[in-house]
Amino acid sequence: MTAATIEAPAPSLGRPGLGATVSQTLSMAWRQMVRIKHNPFELVDLSLSPIMFLLLFVYVFGGQMAGSTSDYLQYVLGGLIAQNAIFLTMYTGTGINADLRKGVYDRFRSLPIARSAPLAGKIFADMFKQVWSVVIMVGLGLLMGFELRSVGYALLATLVLVVFALAISWISVLMGVVADSEEKVQIYAFVIIMPLTFTSSAFVDINTMPGFMQAWAKVNPVTHLADAMRGLLSYGPIGEPLMWTFVWAVVIFAVTAPLAMRAYRRKMV
Amino acid sequence: MRHGNQNPCTVRTLPKEDDVSHSTDYAIETEGITKHFGDLVAVDHIDLNARAGTVLGVLGPNGAGKTTMVRMLATLSQPTAGTGRVGGYDIVRNAPEVRSLIGLTGQFAGIDELLTGEENLRFIGRLLGMPTRDAKARSRELLAQFNLADAADKPAKAYSGGMRRRLDLAASLVGRPKILFLDEPTTGLDPRARGELWGLVRGLVADGTTVLLTTQYLEEADQLAHEIAVIDHGRVIATGTPTQLKAKIGGQTLRIQPEDHGQLDALRDLVAERFPDLDPMVEAGAITIGVNDDGVMPTLAADLRDRGIALTEFHLGLSSLDEVFLTLTGRRTEEETADDENEEEAK
Repeated sequence: MTAATIEAPAPSLGRPGLGATVSQTLSMAWRQMVRIKHNPFELVDLSLSPIMFLLLFVYVFGGQMAGSTSDYLQYVLGGLIAQNAIFLTMYTGTGINADLRKGVYDRFRSLPIARSAPLAGKIFADMFKQVWSVVIMVGLGLLMGFELRSVGYALLATLVLVVFALAISWISVLMGVVADSEEKVQIYAFVIIMPLTFTSSAFVDINTMPGFMQAWAKVNPVTHLADAMRGLLSYGPIGEPLMWTFVWAVVIFAVTAPLAMRAYRRKMV
Repeated sequence: MRHGNQNPCTVRTLPKEDDVSHSTDYAIETEGITKHFGDLVAVDHIDLNARAGTVLGVLGPNGAGKTTMVRMLATLSQPTAGTGRVGGYDIVRNAPEVRSLIGLTGQFAGIDELLTGEENLRFIGRLLGMPTRDAKARSRELLAQFNLADAADKPAKAYSGGMRRRLDLAASLVGRPKILFLDEPTTGLDPRARGELWGLVRGLVADGTTVLLTTQYLEEADQLAHEIAVIDHGRVIATGTPTQLKAKIGGQTLRIQPEDHGQLDALRDLVAERFPDLDPMVEAGAITIGVNDDGVMPTLAADLRDRGIALTEFHLGLSSLDEVFLTLTGRRTEEETADDENEEEAK
């Protein structure tokens, strides 16, 4: 047909090495980015909820919560960013669930690529959405009068958020692999995420809570993430919440990533 | 054929069973391969062989175990018992090696609908480790070959059914697989799109690709396959070349419909008198006869003309899968549907 045909690389027999796995993960992430390019409304869609939350929390609850909307904005922006990041990870699971049911993963599994590449690539690409959301929320916050501690700290806050999101995304992946429909992934996620984010320091000072709730809120990973965000973006301690955020990230990753990979392999009976 | 090496008189020097890889004439071989889903036995001790560079057709109704068979051979699923080799590699122990030799086109399109045709193919090329430039060139090459060049930059969701199947087939060929699994590649396609896909498959086989094709259409197996295995309830119930199978099951059906309904009896008597071996069936104002002798049609045509019986239809066609199954099992294929649903459940 064509004079010069393009030779595929000689298939390397055997399991792909680390370099190949990284490259395959990046290719998977590339696919997700192209999807956003073809469907940019997805970014609008995922910007709406943080914008609404920020406006409603500050201008409805602000006066009651902190005496003034500007004081509450200074308190709550970090918490809302933390909450939104956790909600966003849900879409990783729903996306994987949809791909699994449509047969896209059958093709992936018949290719000589690393087993983890499709899942890791999806998680990796979804970090773009995380960064996008932080930009939207901090941008809107600044318009509303938010005073940023420093740009350098804000960049660090974004990095911390991404690291935490990378780790907890595996919870969502696990649900996405196990659940038999996207709706179920959403229901599971809401049942976990809603109470988890509200029983933390994200929106209120935990010292106002009753004792048993305080005891939980103090260990709740969302509290540490929200405190870390608040410390880096606005005011308050940084070191300790940052440390606990990383501890939680490592623990959650160490538990859920192997479970998710195991469930994924079992899916292949 | 498939039990050849069980015959103690046959002297063959096959490498030992536990060799990692061995070279035989067969690109695909299974021995007693079996798959259970709970209580359901989807594939029950199937032995299949496909010689390199040929097409093996696996013919059967819904729920016969065709897809389960392909999924095991393509390393998506592990057999409960028995062994399978693809390109000489064991499908369980050497799954990564098998994957680097095969291409798979399943019943459900493994393409991303949001991506364009070109992006879908480039994506697979990148996954397989091609540099971006090569991946782009390879996808353009395949799009041209598969008559999709004009739609290359349109999202796949805008493609017709036939175009999607072609894109899906192209996606399975990016890495130039030596062995290709096509799981019901033309189910749901119109005759023209089906014919186009057949042409593409023939081209691949001419270039030396080994193909395992599953299908519900006897005609498709007849058109493409060198060997056919008919499977039912997870078992092989007949094997052979298309010609052998047709001879066995009366591969063709002659349908005669008289213009005057009242002449139906006269027509049946004529057929019975001329060909006492054939068993004419009368239904819906027409007579159908299973035939495997090319002489039947001209003889009858002459007789009918002599007796002045005018016809509205006189048609020789390939037996449907339904007729094949009726001949081989005494059952019609509709009974299988319930099992198919069970199999889906079990997954």
